[in-house]
Amino acid sequence: MSEELLRTVLHGEHLRLNARMVEFGGWDMPVQYTGIIDEHRAVRERAGLFDVSHMGEFWVEGPDVLAFLQYVTTADVSQLAVGHAGYALFCRPDGGVVDDLFIYRLGAQRYLLVVNASNIAKDWQWIQSFTSNFAVTLSDASPATALMALQGPGAEAVLASLMGDIAVTLPFHGVVESTLLGQSVIIARTGYTGEDGFEIFCANDHAVAVWQAVLAAGATPCGLGARDSLRFEPCLALYGHELADDINPYEARLGWAVKLNKGEFVGSAALNDLKSNYTRRLVAFEVTGKGIARGGYAVHDTHGNPIGVVTTGMPSPTFDKPLGIALIARAEASEGNQIDIIVRDKPVRAVVVKYPFYQSRYKK
Amino acid sequence: MSFKTPANLQYLASHEWILIEGDIATVGISDYAQDALGDVVYVDLPDVGTTFAAGAEFGVAESVKASSELYLPAAGEIIAVNGDVSQQTDLVNSDPYGKGWLVRIKLSGDKAPLLDAAAYVALVDSIKH
Repeated sequence: MSEELLRTVLHGEHLRLNARMVEFGGWDMPVQYTGIIDEHRAVRERAGLFDVSHMGEFWVEGPDVLAFLQYVTTADVSQLAVGHAGYALFCRPDGGVVDDLFIYRLGAQRYLLVVNASNIAKDWQWIQSFTSNFAVTLSDASPATALMALQGPGAEAVLASLMGDIAVTLPFHGVVESTLLGQSVIIARTGYTGEDGFEIFCANDHAVAVWQAVLAAGATPCGLGARDSLRFEPCLALYGHELADDINPYEARLGWAVKLNKGEFVGSAALNDLKSNYTRRLVAFEVTGKGIARGGYAVHDTHGNPIGVVTTGMPSPTFDKPLGIALIARAEASEGNQIDIIVRDKPVRAVVVKYPFYQSRYKK
Repeated sequence: MSFKTPANLQYLASHEWILIEGDIATVGISDYAQDALGDVVYVDLPDVGTTFAAGAEFGVAESVKASSELYLPAAGEIIAVNGDVSQQTDLVNSDPYGKGWLVRIKLSGDKAPLLDAAAYVALVDSIKH
C-alpha cells in the first residue's frame, strides 16, 4: 500500500510517536498522534507542532525578481518589505487558480515561495514558463528543506524558550533568518490555523533536532487531521477543495488577494471582468437537520434544484456542531438562506451563516 | 499496533461485530474500526422496532475526519438502542465491545457472511500491510 509514497525527513519521528499515517498528495503523513480533537484543542488553547515538510519551497532571485513576481502572482509584491511575508495566488489567464502560496521576502532581490505539496510539479512548471522575459533564477529547494509549523497562543512562549526575544519581537507575517540549536533557520510568523504562530524552515539534517526540541519545550505534536479542522473553522482555503483551476478568486472570497491596480499580470484581464461578474460563491453553512456534510456532497435549494457542492464539511471541534463550506449559486449565498445538503441521497437542511465561522486570533 | 478481537464474537468484513445469544444478538463496531475512524463524535442509530435485512445499513458513525456507515450482521428487529453512546460517543472508542455497543436485535434468521475472530484478524492484518 505505501511502497511508492514519499516521506519527509521527520517520518521516523512520526512512527516513534505512534502516529496514524495516511497518504496525502503522494506523501505518507501523520493524520493524528493521539486524536484530532485533542490536537485541535492543543492549538486553539496552547501550542501544537506540525510537520509540513511536504510543502514546496521555491527560491526566486535576480535583478528582475520583483517584476517577475508582480507578473506571475496576484499580489502587489512591491508592497512587501524585506523581512515580511504575504499571501498570494497564481492565476491562469482565464482567472482560475493554479495554486495559493505565501511569498517571503528575505532580501532586496531574494524571495521564498511556499506552495502546496500536491501542486509542486504543476507550480514549478507554471512559473518556469514565464521566466523568458525576466532576469531571474528559480531554484526548487523543496527536497532539501524541512518545514514545521508551531501554532497556537502558546507558540510564542515555546519558541522564546529556545531562541529568546526574536520570537517575541517578530511581527505578524514577519520573517527572519536566524539560528536555532546552533544551525541556520528561517523563522516566520505565519501559519494556517487561525492562531498566532510560527513556521520554521531548516535544512533536512537539522529537522529532527528542531522537532524534538520544540516538543520538549511544550508543544503537542499535531497531524494533518487537526491541520484541516483548524484551517476549516476560520475558512482558510485549501487547494483542491475551496480552490481549483476552475474556481476564480472572487468565487473563493479571495478578491482581497488580487491587486488589479498594480498593472498587467497573468490573469489580470480575465479577473478584471470576473470581479463584477461571477455566479458562484463560497458560503459557510451550519447543518440544522440530522447529518454531517462532507466535501463533495451536492447542495440543493429547498425545492430540490442543484445549486452547488460542499467543498469541506465536518463536525467542528471548536463549535461542537456540524459545519461546512460550499461553493453555490450566488443568488443562494446570502446569510440566513436555507439550503439542503444531500447526505447519502437524502436532503438535510442547512442554513447559510456568517463567513468565516472562527475569527482568526493573530498577534498584530 | 494490535487490536482487541474477542474470540466469542463474529465479525463482518465491514468491521461490525455481533454477539449471538439464542435468538437475541448485540452489535457494535470493532476495535480496529473505532481506531480507524478516530474520535467518534456522532452516532446515528435506528428506532426500536425497525427491521433490517442481513447486511443492511442501520446507522452511521461520524468522526471529525470521516463518516462510516454501519451494517447489520444479521437480519432482525431492533429491540434496544444504546442511548449512552448518543450522549457519550467516546464510549465507542474507549470500550467498543462493552459500553460502546450500538444495537440489540431479535434475530429473524438470515445472516450476512460472518468471520470468526481468527479470520477477522487476518483481514485486518491484510488491510494494515
